[in-house]
Amino acid sequence: MGTILVFAECRDGAFKRSTHEAIGVARRIADGCSGGVSVVAIGAGAAGAAPGLAAYGADRVLCCAEEALDSYQGQAYAATIAAAADKESASLVLAPASAMGKDVAARLAARLDAASACDLTAIAWSPEDGLKGARPVYSGKAIVSLSVAGSTRTVATLRPNVFPAPAADDSREAATETIDCPLDRSGLRVRTVRVETPEEQELDVAEASIVVSGGRGLKEAANFSLVRDLASALGAAVGASRAVVDEGWIPHKHQVGQTGKVVSPQLYIACGISGAIQHLAGMSSSGTIVAINKDPEAPIFKVATYGIVGDLFEVLPALTQAVKDHTSS
Amino acid sequence: MKYLVCIKHVPDTETKVAVHADGNRLDPQAVNKWGASPYDEYALEQALRFREAAGEGEVVAVCAGPQACQATLRTMLATGADRAVLIEHEALESAESLTRAKALAAVVAKEQPDMVLLGKYGVGTDEGSTGPMLAELLEWPHVAAISSLELDGPAFTAARAVEGAVEIHEGSLPAVFTCEKGLNEPRLPSLRGIMQSKKKPIETLSPGDLDLDDPSSTDPKLRWDAFALPPARPDGRIIEGDAETAAKQLVRLLHEEAKVL
Ligand SMILES: Cc1cc2nc3c(=O)[nH]c(=O)nc-3n(C[C@H](O)[C@H](O)[C@H](O)COP(=O)(O)OP(=O)(O)OC[C@H]3O[C@@H](n4cnc5c(N)ncnc54)[C@H](O)[C@@H]3O)c2cc1C
Ligand SMILES: Nc1ncnc2c1ncn2[C@@H]1O[C@H](COP(=O)(O)O)[C@@H](O)[C@H]1O
Repeated sequence: MGTILVFAECRDGAFKRSTHEAIGVARRIADGCSGGVSVVAIGAGAAGAAPGLAAYGADRVLCCAEEALDSYQGQAYAATIAAAADKESASLVLAPASAMGKDVAARLAARLDAASACDLTAIAWSPEDGLKGARPVYSGKAIVSLSVAGSTRTVATLRPNVFPAPAADDSREAATETIDCPLDRSGLRVRTVRVETPEEQELDVAEASIVVSGGRGLKEAANFSLVRDLASALGAAVGASRAVVDEGWIPHKHQVGQTGKVVSPQLYIACGISGAIQHLAGMSSSGTIVAINKDPEAPIFKVATYGIVGDLFEVLPALTQAVKDHTSS
Repeated sequence: MKYLVCIKHVPDTETKVAVHADGNRLDPQAVNKWGASPYDEYALEQALRFREAAGEGEVVAVCAGPQACQATLRTMLATGADRAVLIEHEALESAESLTRAKALAAVVAKEQPDMVLLGKYGVGTDEGSTGPMLAELLEWPHVAAISSLELDGPAFTAARAVEGAVEIHEGSLPAVFTCEKGLNEPRLPSLRGIMQSKKKPIETLSPGDLDLDDPSSTDPKLRWDAFALPPARPDGRIIEGDAETAAKQLVRLLHEEAKVL
């Protein structure tokens, strides 16, 4: 027995795959200990979408459908999830390790005085044995196995893209309930006033299942088009080494590595990147790694599944063409 | 205005990770250089800029950890912080984030700053939890991973990048911020700063001085059972041939063997 509570991240009335992944994990754990899965969703936008969460494994959906909470407010969200955890007597709370999920999970752990396990890439839990999990530390240079005793309340976030999202089962149903945010909102001293989305929606490196990254081997900013062309042929996100971010060829949000984003896509293609330890830290847990570099001694080849030793100015256009041929055949 | 900047004392990012004989943590012997966690440098720089723009104010650097943290704090003083506080305890360095947040909250209660700045996350645990936890303990607002921060008296406007978008937050101090790369360009300590830093005070407090529980006698909620290097990747394969042949062969392997296309 035991209920697992999942925080469903809602943006613009929609839930992301990372939320479905978290519900899927909760379902699997609950089935192993005859427990239940409750999901908490916040914001007026969440109200209509909430029943859809049943399809991924929710037994109960608790909705705080307040317009004022349509955009993220850390204090109010943490208080609402804490209230839901108390109501459901949940001793395990899961959230996606997204920007919002990590943020609220930390506040929540402090509010509940709970154990906090972040960014897990493996998880097992039972009411008696508590949590056993694993996660990369030192930017992926090491993996730690961790545990929390069964009697200790636990908040855990799950790294996106690691746990497969279950197929939606539209025949499943969930009981829906309304909950309130227990905080007096007039006392809150910060709010999200706007969310700016770029006109051209770009895939985020941390979420994409394929990432194509460019490094200093591209020689100049304009040549990033070679990387972009391959990425668009593959439906991939564009990543970069720090060297080219520092050069100002591409904004920091594309940077992969120790001081950029840590990514684990199914396929990572490094073009003209040497493979410095800080870059490897950000991508070496990717499924398949391709390296394109003219220097056969480049350290990136040590982690590559497939390598092409050659001039990227020749290889990239050829590869883009080969991908297009493959997709159209 | 008083700015509190939280500095985590961590191994240099070049460090080749090695496993301690106990099997559940990093071997500190393998680390040849320690210093402030990279994101904490953006936090310090932002505080220095606010102080300089206002022409008044105090920047206090705070660290929780062993005595060795003094060297890192000394660098922060050389870079421009006015004074430093060390909550000295061996166990605080590897303590879980909530324990570290509670220690920092005790310093905030004592120092009463207008603003607390931290790094987006600290090298090692890579959690980014300490800032939001600290804010929750203080019942203060926070904005995490900020890429810009503007002040207008006690009012602030902060921007932070999230997946595929930028959120703009408005609020009022006191508040907690965690800093992302790109917020500013951190300065290096100057020769003059290094000279001056020798006269600047580092106040050392024990957890007891702050009415905190002894970190070595309280059981952690979360334990590290094993610490291991990531599984070695199987040997890779170099694809031969001219650009066109190699490209076609690669696409075929990605499709048939790796099954990612
Ligand atoms: C505190 C700290 C944090 C850091 N964090 C990060 C981080 O998060 N991410 C990160 O990436 N780096 C990070 N770095 C920087 C890192 O150490 C390297 O400097 C950086 O990754 C190098 O980028 P690069 O591979 O693009 O450039 P280089 O090392 O200059 O490599 C360029 C590569 O391109 C190849 N090349 C050149 N021309 C061609 C061609 N025509 N065709 C094919 N190949 C070609 C070369 O053989 C070479 O291997 C950090 C450093 C520090 C100190
Ligand atoms: N022991 C510590 N002493 C001072 N500041 C810390 C400590 N641990 C964490 N911090 C601050 O919290 C940030 C995030 O750390 P973490 O939550 O461990 O990723 C760091 O960048 C520091 O600013």
